[in-house]
Amino acid sequence: MPEMRLLIIEDDREAASYLSKAFREAGHVADLAHDGLDGYAMAREGDYDVLVVDRMLPKLDGLSLIRSLREQEVGTPVLILSALGQVDDRVKGLRAGGDDYLPKPYAFSELLARSEVLARRRGSASAGAEPTAYRVGDLELDRLSHRVTRAGQEIVLQPREFRLLEYLMRHAGQVVTRTMLLEHVWDYHFDPQTNVIDVHVSRLRAKIDKGFERAMIHTVRGAGYMVRAGGEA
Amino acid sequence: MSAPAAFDPAPRRESPPEPRPDGAWTRLSTLFRTTAFKLSLVYLAVFAAFAFFVLGYVAWNARRVLDDQIVSTIEAEISGLSDQYAAGGLRRLVAVVERRSREPGASLYLVTTPAGEHVAGNVEALPPGVLAEPGQTETAYGRGTDGDSLTHRAIVRIFTLPGGFRLLVGRDVDERDRLRAVIARAFGWSLLLVVGLGFLGSLFIARRVLKRVDDMTGITRGIMAGDLDGRLALAGTGDELDRLARNLNAMLDRIGELMRGMREVSDNIAHDLKTPLTRLRNKADAALGSDDPAVLRAALEATIEESDNLIRVFNALLMIARLEAGSSRADLADFDAGAVALEVAELYEAVAEERGVTVTAQAAPGLVVHGSRELIGQAMANLIDNALKYGAGGEPVVAVSAARDGDAVVLAVADRGPGIPEEDRARVLGRFVRLETARSRPGFGLGLSLVAAIARLHDGALLIEDHGPGLRAVLRLPAAPAPEAP
Repeated sequence: MPEMRLLIIEDDREAASYLSKAFREAGHVADLAHDGLDGYAMAREGDYDVLVVDRMLPKLDGLSLIRSLREQEVGTPVLILSALGQVDDRVKGLRAGGDDYLPKPYAFSELLARSEVLARRRGSASAGAEPTAYRVGDLELDRLSHRVTRAGQEIVLQPREFRLLEYLMRHAGQVVTRTMLLEHVWDYHFDPQTNVIDVHVSRLRAKIDKGFERAMIHTVRGAGYMVRAGGEA
Repeated sequence: MSAPAAFDPAPRRESPPEPRPDGAWTRLSTLFRTTAFKLSLVYLAVFAAFAFFVLGYVAWNARRVLDDQIVSTIEAEISGLSDQYAAGGLRRLVAVVERRSREPGASLYLVTTPAGEHVAGNVEALPPGVLAEPGQTETAYGRGTDGDSLTHRAIVRIFTLPGGFRLLVGRDVDERDRLRAVIARAFGWSLLLVVGLGFLGSLFIARRVLKRVDDMTGITRGIMAGDLDGRLALAGTGDELDRLARNLNAMLDRIGELMRGMREVSDNIAHDLKTPLTRLRNKADAALGSDDPAVLRAALEATIEESDNLIRVFNALLMIARLEAGSSRADLADFDAGAVALEVAELYEAVAEERGVTVTAQAAPGLVVHGSRELIGQAMANLIDNALKYGAGGEPVVAVSAARDGDAVVLAVADRGPGIPEEDRARVLGRFVRLETARSRPGFGLGLSLVAAIARLHDGALLIEDHGPGLRAVLRLPAAPAPEAP
């Protein structure tokens, strides 16, 4: 993942500096704003890849901030952090113009993975529409014919497995968390509690990587999964 | 962009002084302030005005009738007397007047010269100038016995005879005035009686109503002070106050229920959150004594895991509370509940297979429910998760089904495990309830209560049934009304 420039708008200074340090360690640059008005000004003027916005902020609350930015046609992807984790709060956040929503408390790995996906989406949005096929190493996925081949050999996948691989390949080289998979492949946002996603991924992995020397689907410890050509399993 | 304007500090409000119990005056002033009393006063005023007008009309009419009678008598006499004058001249007139004057109950007569000198008649004195004005008038006069004093009143008519002589004929009105006085007295007394009785009546009504309201106030004050078991007494009359009391009682029942629920939750939180928190603290404490990085790392990982579990409990509790408060109704929409059942079953199918359990799923088409797809998905996930966790032991099959039953959509998850004894079925829906058999497994006892709360939000119900053998959890939801056929 290339370097990202983030703006973290969070009034809890301790949490904010922890986040900025953690992003730095992951190879990114993070600016901090501690209230809604500062955040709004910095977001308008600075060139950021992702804005991480706390929902409850002094002076200007998170949702109003996002709404104002969108009215000013600032299209920077926004990830909302909120202590309110309910379904309708998510909907409100996304309606206000947020791009993703992460209820507190969260694991940093989850925040990092989601920010990277948002930053990448920003990069590819200018490049035009989604490609009709993905290719990672010798693994190919054709979104139109729904065919998956590895080293020229066709792999038969169930529809859900296909969507799972499609999502992983779209974000090849990026960490994809379990909740991101549940959100985008199954379209549910609840906490499944058991390792339901892991089992689906290991089934997919059995079909994709079995009989091949190099693994495609990698487990990133404590975070999620990543599709990447090469490297050891 | 401008900063949101700072709020002005709220204007300070003087709190109204507490009414001090200082005896009869306070009680009376309380009475005066009651609505019933004010209403009675208004009625009283209207009634008094009404009585005033009726009596006044009667009195005025009576007087008019009397006056008319007097006037017509006078007219008749005058025409008679002037006939006498025309026929027999002044001598005859004087003779007739003299005769009539002596009759008992006679009218008043006076004949004068053009200069006003007394010729004949029973009127001795008149205020000066009365005779100069011909026509009818009301005046004071003096009788023969009184000398010159003008002690009586009469309606008189003065008539100028041909030749300049004046004739006065009149009737004494003392009788009329006496009658008028009688009527006026009756009038006054009636009015006083009406007002007095009305006042007493309104006092009585106001006090009666006031007493019941006061009783209610007393009981509600006791309830506010903490005695939530107090209830308002019903008079059994079914009137407005009874209906109000009944509603207040129903409200108190509901509040009591919620309070008990709250107390239960806080008790549960105290127990079920303190336990893992203590465990967390002890583990961290124990790890502090070690220098081995591996031990420290393991302790940190265990800490994160334990706090993740705590967060889950918190989230579930908050979610149940919010669902029960009904605050999540905002984003409900129509969706296919059958499809949700199939999707969630498919989500768990892989993990079930890994445990050697087969998940079968079938759904009728078009099971549209109005609600939150997300929450129903969550509910199904909890039910299937439970079936996988607790349904082990019998035939390893979990059957997920979605069907229509009349106006309801029935989503069911059935296993062949040990089931739940009938006496425990209602209990397992409560928060933090974990049956003895489940104590050894991970979980917090919130899964089913969350599902039950989701069911209630959708105006549905969660039923725990016997699957003979096994358990069948049924989520019964009202089907969305079918869209109009195009």
